[in-house]
Amino acid sequence: MAKYKEKAMEYVFLATACISILAVALICFFLFANGVPAMKEIGFADFLLGVEWRPSNDVYGIFPMILGSIYVTAGAIVIGVPIGLLTAVFMARYCPAKLYKIFKPGIELLAGIPSVVYGFFGMVVIVPFIRQNVGGNGSSIMAASVLLGLMILPTVISQSEASIRAVPESYYEGSLALGATHERSVFCSILPAAKSGIFAGIILGIGRAIGETMAVIMVAGNQARMPQGILQGVRTLTANIVIEMGYAQGLHREALIATGVVLFVFILIINLSFSIVKMRGERT
Amino acid sequence: MDTTKIMIEDLDLYYGQFHALKDMSLKINKNEITAFIGPSGCGKSTLLKSLNRMNDLVEGCKITGKVTLDDEDIYRNMDVNLLRKRVGMVFQKPNPFPMSVYDNVAYGPRTHGIRSKAKLDAIVEDALRKAAIWDELKDRMKKSALGLSGGQQQRLCIARALAVQPEVLLMDEPTSALDPISTTKIEELAMELKEEYTIVMVTHNMQQATRISDKTVFFLLGEIIEAGKTDELFSMPQDKRTEDYITGRFG
Repeated sequence: MAKYKEKAMEYVFLATACISILAVALICFFLFANGVPAMKEIGFADFLLGVEWRPSNDVYGIFPMILGSIYVTAGAIVIGVPIGLLTAVFMARYCPAKLYKIFKPGIELLAGIPSVVYGFFGMVVIVPFIRQNVGGNGSSIMAASVLLGLMILPTVISQSEASIRAVPESYYEGSLALGATHERSVFCSILPAAKSGIFAGIILGIGRAIGETMAVIMVAGNQARMPQGILQGVRTLTANIVIEMGYAQGLHREALIATGVVLFVFILIINLSFSIVKMRGERT
Repeated sequence: MDTTKIMIEDLDLYYGQFHALKDMSLKINKNEITAFIGPSGCGKSTLLKSLNRMNDLVEGCKITGKVTLDDEDIYRNMDVNLLRKRVGMVFQKPNPFPMSVYDNVAYGPRTHGIRSKAKLDAIVEDALRKAAIWDELKDRMKKSALGLSGGQQQRLCIARALAVQPEVLLMDEPTSALDPISTTKIEELAMELKEEYTIVMVTHNMQQATRISDKTVFFLLGEIIEAGKTDELFSMPQDKRTEDYITGRFG
């Protein structure tokens, strides 16, 4: 009897595990089934490389949005990675225990803030700050980059900190025993040993930045045109879908779903590189 | 001529409440191998780590007394990084950095400001030759050090320590993780190196102490019980406890 029960439970676990796989498969199917025919109708090259997005004229080129997503993500990396990495180094190797008790929950809280709240912060603080001190009307690539840079901090910090902590203490001691200072031991012996974990953290951060929607819409300006400069507005792939989905019909609607396909492929590539980097890290 | 390299006077060491080293005094001679023997937990590794201040890393570690290197007090007016440059260390478990063979050996000199490629090349080759591993590794300089065998890794670590031109080499059970052939190589190496360096070695292996050391120090429960010339200590121990230990009655 106990044996049957065990067997039955096994199937229950299997069934629950299948739910998430099924969800991924369904999303995939839905996206590609709706998006790919639309791409075909518009023409793959016209869709992916077209620089004009004018739904009213049935012109659907998403290249400006692809560039927009890449620009704001790159900006987020430029801002978030150095800060995040140095914070992780501080947390793992410098931070006194008392301060750590304040910092660690603080950073975890940063990860839990809803993105609309980030967006609101961006609208009220970052955008006016850029308008008054740097130029333009504030809603810009720069504002989105700064905001996304903040948003990826918890991901970069926690991943990097974990991989720095996982480095055997013997590397650190070996370096000290050669007469190296604490700084040199941390940056020249521990960090290189932690690099695959740190890269994995950065890739996860990229995934978060490229998929972020709400906060970006609130600060990026969202003009569907080729990016004109760091202080000008930009529209990302995610923003494109959300802004127009409410009223889109026919080919327009399908073009938006096709935009989702492109985004999905981006995420697939990012996840794949994450797995590869992680696998390499485990092998050495 | 004064042969003293390191002088330990009335050294007491506490880990929090635990009195790990009790009133130790010891003289370590230049160009000799001094072996520390004794059962586990007797304080031999702790004393070794006091000689290059690796105990500074341990939280709650308190030290009183005096340790001098060439008559300079290492706990008072000496920069700790400079001390560790002069007193190198080889650890129990080989711990090469996860980088190439060359970068491992060049790490120390680079730390101390040597940037010239030609100079680094010369230092790396010299250190690897002294560690008797040049012939094995000269074609693998760019390969990861983690791909070497345990014995090779340990000799690489010795080369890495030699590359900063230390005066003293501390070895904390350097052969305990190695096979007999690698052990023999390390022992032969230690005997060659004492011409140029002062070596202090912790060992669990009494045969090893008799084979290579000039002087042996016997530790028990945080105290130095007996120190003397190796052949004398093993043939005519002065203390009953030393005799019991070396004849295998405990330990």
